[in-house]
Amino acid sequence: MEENPDKKSTEELTTGEKPGSASLVGRVKESSTALKQRAIEEVKGYADPQDTQLWKSIFRVSHDRSDPRNRSLAVLSNVFLHLHPAKINRDAVRYPFTWGMGGITFYLFIVLTFTGVLLMFYYHPTKADAFRDILYLEHDVPFGKLLRNMHRWAAHLMVITTWLHMFRVVLTGSYKRPREFNWCVGVVLLVLTLLLSFTGYLLPDDQLGFWAVTVGTNMARATPMLGSEGPFGVQLGMTPFNDVRFGLLGGSIVDSNALLRSYIWHCIGIPLVASIFMAVHFWRIRKDGGISGPAPVMLESEMKAIKKK
Amino acid sequence: MAGRFSLSKGTLITLGAVVALVLLAVFFVEDWHQLWKISSAPDNVPIVAMLFLVPFFTWLGIKQSRDNDRLIVALEQDPKLSKTSHRKTEPWRPGWAKEIHVWPYLVRIEFLAAVIVTFVLFVWSIVLNAPLEEPANPNLTMNPSKAPWYFLGLQEMLVYFDPWIAGVVMPSLIMVGLMVFPYVDSNPLGNGYYTLKQRRFAVGMFVWGFLMWILLIVIGTFIRGPGWIWFWPGQTWDHNAVVFDKNVDLHDWIATSRIGKTLHLGFLAADPWKFIFGFLVVSGFFILGALFFHWLMTVDFKKLSLRPLRLFPQDPFEQKLLARTSLLQYLTFQFFAVSVLLAMPVKLILRLALTIKYVWVTPWFNI
Repeated sequence: MEENPDKKSTEELTTGEKPGSASLVGRVKESSTALKQRAIEEVKGYADPQDTQLWKSIFRVSHDRSDPRNRSLAVLSNVFLHLHPAKINRDAVRYPFTWGMGGITFYLFIVLTFTGVLLMFYYHPTKADAFRDILYLEHDVPFGKLLRNMHRWAAHLMVITTWLHMFRVVLTGSYKRPREFNWCVGVVLLVLTLLLSFTGYLLPDDQLGFWAVTVGTNMARATPMLGSEGPFGVQLGMTPFNDVRFGLLGGSIVDSNALLRSYIWHCIGIPLVASIFMAVHFWRIRKDGGISGPAPVMLESEMKAIKKK
Repeated sequence: MAGRFSLSKGTLITLGAVVALVLLAVFFVEDWHQLWKISSAPDNVPIVAMLFLVPFFTWLGIKQSRDNDRLIVALEQDPKLSKTSHRKTEPWRPGWAKEIHVWPYLVRIEFLAAVIVTFVLFVWSIVLNAPLEEPANPNLTMNPSKAPWYFLGLQEMLVYFDPWIAGVVMPSLIMVGLMVFPYVDSNPLGNGYYTLKQRRFAVGMFVWGFLMWILLIVIGTFIRGPGWIWFWPGQTWDHNAVVFDKNVDLHDWIATSRIGKTLHLGFLAADPWKFIFGFLVVSGFFILGALFFHWLMTVDFKKLSLRPLRLFPQDPFEQKLLARTSLLQYLTFQFFAVSVLLAMPVKLILRLALTIKYVWVTPWFNI
């Protein structure tokens, strides 16, 4: 019989099956074996996750230890790591040089943001609630005490690490050209760190915070020209109800407005400003040529004469 | 005799200081409980930690500076070596890469640091509770009523200066002074490595300020008790203690002193002479202070001697640095140095040792 590919047999047309093939059971078996084979092949492909589309879509590059280019790409193509250069001075990773204080300060800022956000869930910045919320945190919220303690101690630690970071930068002369401006950004960050810590001090609304802030803001009264008790303040029309202290506290005494202002500065205002300065600080480290050393020592005899303009 | 257990000078000094401190404590501490109460107050723990951290990191910095300084001397003496050396105290051999990959060599350290800091924080937070006093009560003044520890330096300054100086002018001067630091330091050496030999003055000035700040905080934390009265560490804080304020202004002090009386200086206590006198004293302080810093900047400490009298030997290297400093840089430095670094300790001594209140009294402000 002549084979005509276009013409289907009667059997095929009625049952949808080619004539002469095996029984239904046989065919199911056959296709399931094929499917199994295909699954095994596919699973073998997943053995290396780096070959998957998911991995590639996230990380873009595979982690190939033997390929130096990949190690660089791992850093450069990652948003969290791209603050780093791909390669650094071999001695820069030695602990005694940097003391790790700048990095630890940044890490503590992250810890403080994390614990701070959690604390915000339990805290109302009002005179009626603030102190009770702290008691609630300490006694009823699961791990609330741990949370508050961590926030407090991380804040203190951050002040210490900021100072030590500054100390190291001076001892290694890292503020020198071309990093002068970044040092200034750092000084601003130091002040912001202290202000962050200070604004947080009032929030528990206890005697400790209340009197610390009272003492602190009383000094603002004495601001020259802007304070009611400062030099030339009275002459310029400053009273306790319109001077700089009034602006800081939102009133002439440390009360509910002061609590709210301090809360907003602490949780939104200063962190926002500090984040911007931090972005500049880190970006400038890269743009100014990475961390300063350990650099080869320069000799007195190699000092160049100053260029005359 | 060089024994097997010879000790370095630094170790001896440290040991001596520790022994002296222990002896002082044993003989003079009357109230251990009071001392413990202050140092174990949860919010004071950071400053107690600073008492150990600052000396440790100062030592770590000095150690590396000394190593580098020895290398610098060796290289200065041997020009051939300075051409071939890799110029670091860290080991290096030809063939070693000068740069390493951030992944994993730096990232793993950062990760480890984060783990350690997290661990420390957890332990600290489990062991020690954040302080919580009674609810805020404007009618019940805390005594002593203290700022957080990092601001205690400012609060302590209130003893020596009026609030507008201690609370506003001094902090602003410190901030601006820190910011101009890199711009007034005209020394091109010591960029990116520890050294004392090449940067003795710049490092010295910063350490002076830093340690003064820490010292003020320590005074504010450990020594100031109720009523902000001076209690030595180990003395009981007596809430009923009263100190009669016998501080006098400098012009009164001189006018009423025996010398003042014999020289007929009584007029100094009256207007307008006290104003003129105070102005002269402050101006004189700035001039003398500037001369003092100039001397400190350029003197060669090794050639300094009393017999034969040599008070102004010049250090040629420091002279070279001074020649690179512009007039603006020099004057800016002098302004901040005299008005912060020098004014602070001078007023502290005047106040604590001589009970002087103001040196310059005017109708508008007092200094």
